[in-house]
Formats: sequence, structure tokens, C-alpha cells
Amino acid sequence: MRKSGGGRMWILRCGRSLRGAPSGGASYWGGLSPGSRFTQAASGGSDGREEAAGDPRRRGRVYQNPTWQHVEQRPRPEKKVTVEVLDHLERLALVDFRNWEGVQRLEKAIQFADQLHAVNTEGVEPMDSVLEDRCLYLREDNITEGNCTEELLQNARETVEEYFVAPPGNIPLPKLEERDTFLQVSE
Amino acid sequence: MAASILRRSLLAPRCRAGDVAALHSGPSRRRAQAPGPIASGRKTVKSPAGERGVAPWVAVVGLEIHAQISSNSKLFSGSQVQFAAPPNSLVSFFDASLPGTLPALNRRCVEAAVMTGLALNCSINKKSLFDRKHYFYADLPAGYQITQQRLPVAVNGSLSYSLCVGGKKNQMVTRTVRIKQIQLEQDSGKSLHDDTRSQTLIDLNRAGVGLMEVVMEPDMSSGEEAAAAVRELQLILQTLGSSQAIMAEGQLRVDANVSVHHPGEALGVRTEVKNINSARFLARAIDYEIQRQIKELENGGTVINETRAFDYKLGCTIPMRDKEGKQDYRFMPEPNFPPLILYDTKSLPASTNHQQVVNIDWIRERLPDLPSVRRVKLVEQYGILPEHSFTLLNEDGLMEFFENVARQTQMSAKKVIGWILNDMLGYLKQHNLTVQESPVSSLFLADLLNLLERGTISSSAAKQVLEELWKGEGKTPLQIVKEKKLELIQDQQELEQICQAVMEEHQEEVMEIKKGNPKVLNKLIGLVQRTTRGRADPVLVKQILEKRLSQ
Repeated sequence: MRKSGGGRMWILRCGRSLRGAPSGGASYWGGLSPGSRFTQAASGGSDGREEAAGDPRRRGRVYQNPTWQHVEQRPRPEKKVTVEVLDHLERLALVDFRNWEGVQRLEKAIQFADQLHAVNTEGVEPMDSVLEDRCLYLREDNITEGNCTEELLQNARETVEEYFVAPPGNIPLPKLEERDTFLQVSE
Repeated sequence: MAASILRRSLLAPRCRAGDVAALHSGPSRRRAQAPGPIASGRKTVKSPAGERGVAPWVAVVGLEIHAQISSNSKLFSGSQVQFAAPPNSLVSFFDASLPGTLPALNRRCVEAAVMTGLALNCSINKKSLFDRKHYFYADLPAGYQITQQRLPVAVNGSLSYSLCVGGKKNQMVTRTVRIKQIQLEQDSGKSLHDDTRSQTLIDLNRAGVGLMEVVMEPDMSSGEEAAAAVRELQLILQTLGSSQAIMAEGQLRVDANVSVHHPGEALGVRTEVKNINSARFLARAIDYEIQRQIKELENGGTVINETRAFDYKLGCTIPMRDKEGKQDYRFMPEPNFPPLILYDTKSLPASTNHQQVVNIDWIRERLPDLPSVRRVKLVEQYGILPEHSFTLLNEDGLMEFFENVARQTQMSAKKVIGWILNDMLGYLKQHNLTVQESPVSSLFLADLLNLLERGTISSSAAKQVLEELWKGEGKTPLQIVKEKKLELIQDQQELEQICQAVMEEHQEEVMEIKKGNPKVLNKLIGLVQRTTRGRADPVLVKQILEKRLSQ
């Protein structure tokens, strides 16, 4: 996967850029064409994998039949992001959208993620960690680290008697009216 | 270190878990939790308006308590937990949030949280999740705090506490406050503000230490109730050993959410009060805030939803400068942790590593006696009043002292308790000592009480001996009695002679008594005592005098 877009979102685009497949469309596979690397596994394996598929030990690892389903999607309405929300995001996460093109990329990213709504998840527990079938490792209550003051302070530009130095309190971003930003110009 | 120009930071934009619910559901959160059956026991705060005929005000107080877990190492890293240490010496790479470090959960902290949950009658969630709470501040190097907001370790408990009500503060009532949840979270570092140089100095020794956040429902209605609840929680935590809960060292931090409203109407806007350093200040801060809000509303103003800091020198709350209104914490699941699974004996898988398993039933069996249970046992075993058992447990070490004395003396426990609570405790408070530092040991006190019980000395003489013992010169009570010649006069004849002499000196009083005024007898008894310098048994003296007078 390559970085693309506004630099803030990882978007699966390699399929599209490699093969030039049409964007959008009703396919469940988003922007990917049927021949891309990510769909080959579903369709039963490529040359390199056919031998593995025949091997009884490894047959279980590769699905013989696709488990994906085609889902017909309605074209979703374009979601617009309001100026208040943009100001809120800039203030909270200290990102800089810079110009309307950045905002458009954000809107496209939201639209891309909205495709998930097409899936029916009724009665399915949300997964919040891929590690959910592993047990959380519990460490014993022993002192094993610490005493590396010098090393830590080497990273800091300014220190005072073994303390880190920071500015006095948070300096909040000035209000929308008071700062010089492209958001002030109404669309 | 130019400590004089540095002041402790007022912990700035730090909301707790309860606040986020308020963000999303606003005032409806408070409304939904307006307690039903408990409202009947709520005390109405008397405001001047109440006396003028305007509807009385009812205050609603909710607490969020952070208790530092007593463990050797921090919650997610292996650095030591220690109160006063050279700056940044107890910091590991993970605590400093250097890239490439990962958290590793401390088993002792999980056990401490489960113990506290069981002690507060909570239901323990067998599966709990960790989340990240994002906000920017210099003493939070990662930019987020790992906490448990969605599914904490323990939910839905209760805490019972007692307080003295009534005009003379002699009636004990028991109130209950519901516990919403108990969760594990990380502490942040310490920031020292240097205003002259316009900078903040950051010490990360405290960053990453495990905290138990106890979120209470807003069931309380005054500062006194809040202080009593916090004191009870402190005792419970100290008994369990899960936290030492010393407010002065910052191991127990309390934030109060205060609002006022008229009974029957919707709940008012609440403010959060922070920077409370002791239980005493807690009651004062909450009461001040309640009065401030009442005054504000009565003058036609409104209460703003803000965070205020308590200034203990001025005794008032002031708005905090760094708070920018409601914070959006952008909670997200902690990706480095799978769910935390706790087991009980039924669900314990057969072949597991003991170290990796936290068994709730195992912990429940090993819970020590909670303060409420110990009080009941004291009352049953020694026949003392419940109020006495409260005072005994409130003072650290006093219960053991009392039990030692009661064991070594023949005096009944009810009389011993009087000596302990009135005399001993009085002396301790006067000289500002703890029970462990007392110059009078339980053995000496037991000896003294034995002398009193056997009739060797009178009670006023015993008080003199105790005063002598407090000098801590190492003399036994018997030695002091002999030195000062405080023994009761055992010789009946000698007593009779003294009584006769007193009666002859005070013929007027004798006349009074014979006329039928028996109260003057006490004066005669007092005179006899003065003559004998407290060495006469008052009961015997009274008998002799009465016998003589009736002749």
C-alpha cells in the first residue's frame, strides 16, 4: 500500500493505479479490480499457490471457494464537512488542512469509509482488537526499569536541574475569527 | 532549587471519565441518575432563602476519586513507584513515551482493583477493555492516557458511611452512595510552574503509576457527607492494602461535581471543584461552592459549567485558567491490549499458568475484614457503643491499643473505652502525636486501670497518675502512686476521724443537711477530699457522713 491523498489516511489505491480500473461502481471490492493481488486469494489462488492448495497439509489455509459476497450498493450521498467541524478538528488534533483540496480529500476519505455501512452487522459483536483470542500478558510486580535520567534528558533541548522544560500551560489555537486561515472564507 | 518561586500546578484540562458522558448527553446524564429511594434521606441545605419563605435549595454532590495503587512497579512499565525521589529517576522509556515502547500490564494492579471492587460490593466484569483518552498537556508525554472507559473492571457497587446528625451531633445515621464504576488508569507526571521564567518543569516520576478511579453517583448533598464517604473509602483502601490513600502525598485525589436545584425541579448546572488536598478542605470546598451557586442563582445569575480550583488559604473556589470549556477526548480502543479476562473458579481453564490468571474467588476468600465488619465485631465483643467503634477505627492504631489494654486489665471494656477516648485521645490530640508515638504504653495504662479497679486509688488520683505518665519518664503507675502518696486511705478509723473533723469545722452545713437539704452533703464530701488530697474513697466518705449525720 502506498501513501496517498492528504497524507493522513492510508487508502487502498494500488489496485486502481496499477490496473486503471474504473473507480466507484457497485462492486464490493471498492476500487480494486478483480485481477488485483487482494482478490486473488478469494478466487482460489494463483499459480504459485496452486501447489500449496493441492498439498493436504496446507489445503486448509487457502479457501477453495470465495467467501466474499457481492453486495449491490446504492450510490451514497456526498457528505459535506461543516466549517465548525473543521475548526474543531484543527483545534483538537492540531492538523492543518491548508486549503479546500485538503478538505475534499477528507470528504472523499469519509465517503470511502462509509461503504462499510453497506454491511449488515445486526447481532454481531464489534471487534475492537485483532488480539481478542489471545490472553493479556500479566507482568509480575517487580522493579525492572528506571534510573536512566541522563539518557532521557539527552533527548530534551532544554533541561533545568534534571527536569524537562515545557512552555507554561497549553496555548490554545486562536478562535476562528482571529486567525488567518482559509476556513474564514465561506465556501 | 529556587523552590520559593515554584508552585504546584493546578492540574489543568483534566476531566475524568464521568465528564465525557456529560459531553454526549449533556444534562440528561444527571437527570437519569437522580436517585429515587435515597432522596428521602437527603438533608436539605438551609439557605437564607429558606427562612424567607422561598423554596429551599437542595445540593447534589458527586465525587470522582483517584486512588494510587500501592505496588512496587508502575501499571504498564517496570519502573519503581516512590513518593519523593530525584526528578526523572524512576522513569522508563515507556513512561517517557519514546517511540517503539509497548505497555505490559502489572498483575498486582489488576488484583488491587478487583479487591477494591469486591470490597465495595461491585460486580466484577470478567471481560474489561482498555481505551485511550487523548488530550495534550506537557506532563502527558504520549498525548493520551490509557484508561478503561467503555468496560471497566468493576461496576455498580455501593459504599456505606456514617455521620453524626442532629443538633448535638450525637445521632449516627448510615447513608449509602452508589459506585458507578472502578477503572484502572495511568497517572500523569508532575508539573511545577515557574511563572518568573514563564516555563513549566516536568517530572515524570509519577507518570504511568497505576490509579484506581472510583466514580460515585451524585447521591450526596453536602460537604459533610462527602467527607464522611471519602474517609470511609480511605479506611477501606488502607485495610485492603490496595492503596495507602494518604491525601497529603497525593495518593488519594478527590474531584467534586457540585450543583444545586429546587426539590422537584430539574438538576442544575454543575461545576467541578479540583485541587482539594485533605478531607477537611473537601467539606469546606463543597460547602463554599454550594453557597456560591445558591447566591449566584438567587441574584439572578446563572451557573456556568466550568472547573474551579479550591484555594485553601482563601477558603474559596476560583475558576481555573487553562480550561477551555468541554473537552473532546476522542476515545479509541487501546490497540496494544486484548481484552482483560478475569476468571473465577468455575470458569478457570484446566491447565493454565498461575501467574497469568487472576481468580476473583481466590481474591474474595482472602479479603480482610472491612472496617464495617470490624466495628460490628468490636461492639459485639466489648459491648461498646457504635459511635465509639467509629472513633476507634478512625484513629490509626487506636483499636489495637484499646484491645491490648482491655486484654490486660480487669476493668470492664465500657469503662476502658472512656479512658481511651477521653483521656488518651485527648492527650494525643493535644500533643499532636499518633498512637504509635504515645509515651504511655498499653501495659502502663492497663496497670493504672487495674489499680483503679482494685480500689487502690480513686479516679481523680488516677488522672493525676496519667498526667505523670505522659511525661514519659518510664516510671510504672505503681511507682508514681507510691511517690506521690496517692493511695486511698484504707484505714476506716482514720477516715472517720477526718470526717468528724470536717463536720465539726462546718457546723452550718451540718445544720443545713439536718434541715433536709441533702445537696450540701456533696460539699462536705468535697471538703473531705480536699483535706485528704484526693485519697478518700468518695462512696465510703458519703456513707460515713450520712451515718454520722443521722445520729
